[in-house]
Amino acid sequence: MDILGTLQGLAQDSGFGLFFVEGGWKYAVMIAVACLLLYLGIVKKFEPLLLVGIAFGALLTNLPGAGLYHPELWDNFLDPASEVYHSYAPILAEGGLLDILYIGVKAGVYPCLIFIGVGAMTDFGPLIANPKTFLLGAAAQFGVFFAFLGATLLGFTGPEAASIGIIGGADGPTAILTTTLLAPHLLGAIAIAAYSYMALIPMIQPPIMKLLTTPEERKVKMVQLREVSKAEKIVFPIVVAIFVILLLPDTSPLIGCLMFGNLLKETGVTERLSDVAQNALMNIVTLFLGISVGATTVAPRFLNLQTLGIVLLGLIAFCFSTVGGLLVGKLMYKLSGGKINPLIGSAGVSAVPMAARVSQMVGQKENPSNFLLMHAMGPNVAGVIGSAIAAGFLIKVFGA
Amino acid sequence: MITPIALAADMQGHLDLGTASVAALMGYLFVFLGIVLLMAVIVITGKIMSSKKVSPAEAPKAAEPQKAVEKKKAPGSAGELKLYDTDPKTAAMLMAIVADKMGKPINELHFKSIKEVK
Repeated sequence: MDILGTLQGLAQDSGFGLFFVEGGWKYAVMIAVACLLLYLGIVKKFEPLLLVGIAFGALLTNLPGAGLYHPELWDNFLDPASEVYHSYAPILAEGGLLDILYIGVKAGVYPCLIFIGVGAMTDFGPLIANPKTFLLGAAAQFGVFFAFLGATLLGFTGPEAASIGIIGGADGPTAILTTTLLAPHLLGAIAIAAYSYMALIPMIQPPIMKLLTTPEERKVKMVQLREVSKAEKIVFPIVVAIFVILLLPDTSPLIGCLMFGNLLKETGVTERLSDVAQNALMNIVTLFLGISVGATTVAPRFLNLQTLGIVLLGLIAFCFSTVGGLLVGKLMYKLSGGKINPLIGSAGVSAVPMAARVSQMVGQKENPSNFLLMHAMGPNVAGVIGSAIAAGFLIKVFGA
Repeated sequence: MITPIALAADMQGHLDLGTASVAALMGYLFVFLGIVLLMAVIVITGKIMSSKKVSPAEAPKAAEPQKAVEKKKAPGSAGELKLYDTDPKTAAMLMAIVADKMGKPINELHFKSIKEVK
């Protein structure tokens, strides 16, 4: 037996050996990036439920030789000229564990299941009590279209620019579904940018809020919201689902699941289902979604200038969405004779409930007796519907 | 379906600035339009439901029993909860402790009265 030859073969085939082949250093860089993301998720608690999964998926996919994810299989899946175009057979036969889990992302199943959980956890009461705040949810989609324009200028294609723009909707599942449908090759970068900036909202928004509002505006105390009846809460998801899906059928997966989850919560007769949607289902899907999205960050495809552009444009999208919400908030402050605190406008960027908490925090700094949280929840949940409509529009315009 | 904006893209799918600006503007306006229409639907639905809930003939009748309930309240009370020799701050603290010990959300518990035992 050739002991030396066997040892040499083992060394060459090991993952360590693969770091020294051409381009192998990129994997080392990505492993460092994955460890940084793990640090941000675990120590800094940046959206840990998803970021830890994404980071670990990125770590696993960039361990040379592990073979858990095969981007070339997905290239064939997406290539109309390929014999296996839109066929899962080669992926099931030759794919690794993360390829199999990624089917749930590719088929658009995970983001929609997460939306059932989000719906089951969302109280639309503040929005029903004060429907005017719907407008703030629409205004805060400004960053989506601003970043779309910026991405076009930077040379991204229409579908790529649309996927980058939707980061400004500050809604992870919406961003993932839109990108999966329009520009799947950018999924890893867009998901990481979206979730990282969502976690950074308490740092990104307050300076913009202070810049665009006066101390008098920030001090405004809003009147208590009216009580919303149970019947109104039950009818709301049914009406929204019917109306929005008829208006823009491409929103059906997102709005349909969001409103289904909310109906489970509000009916009062499906408590077990609501509990599963909020907890078990949400946790299981979050686990699969995070690790499989992270798996798409394969070093040779992720480490390029395009990723840097996406990270930059994502930040611009978040900032301008905040600006859009605040400006319409200021307009409502003027039109209402000073009864609406413009700070609730920034909560229109979705990111439930983080953005609403930031409105509360900034408002309370100016006036410690001010409680804006419930008022900010209205635009906050309206932002979820607004970003779904924005995504539906972009999918309609740029989808195949 | 391939839309006119998607058709305006070149072979690589890039859009010129003019087309991209029109797409962005249209998108933003569409979101506003959708939201405004939805807002109108929700307002109308809310009005229909609230008008069914309290019809004008029933409204005065409903107000009377409420007055009667108000009369029954103990001298120190917070809503329906009657407080005897207990200040609201202490009552709130006791309610929070009970909810914590029972492991139930406070809004699922119904407190009738709190009395200091001397």
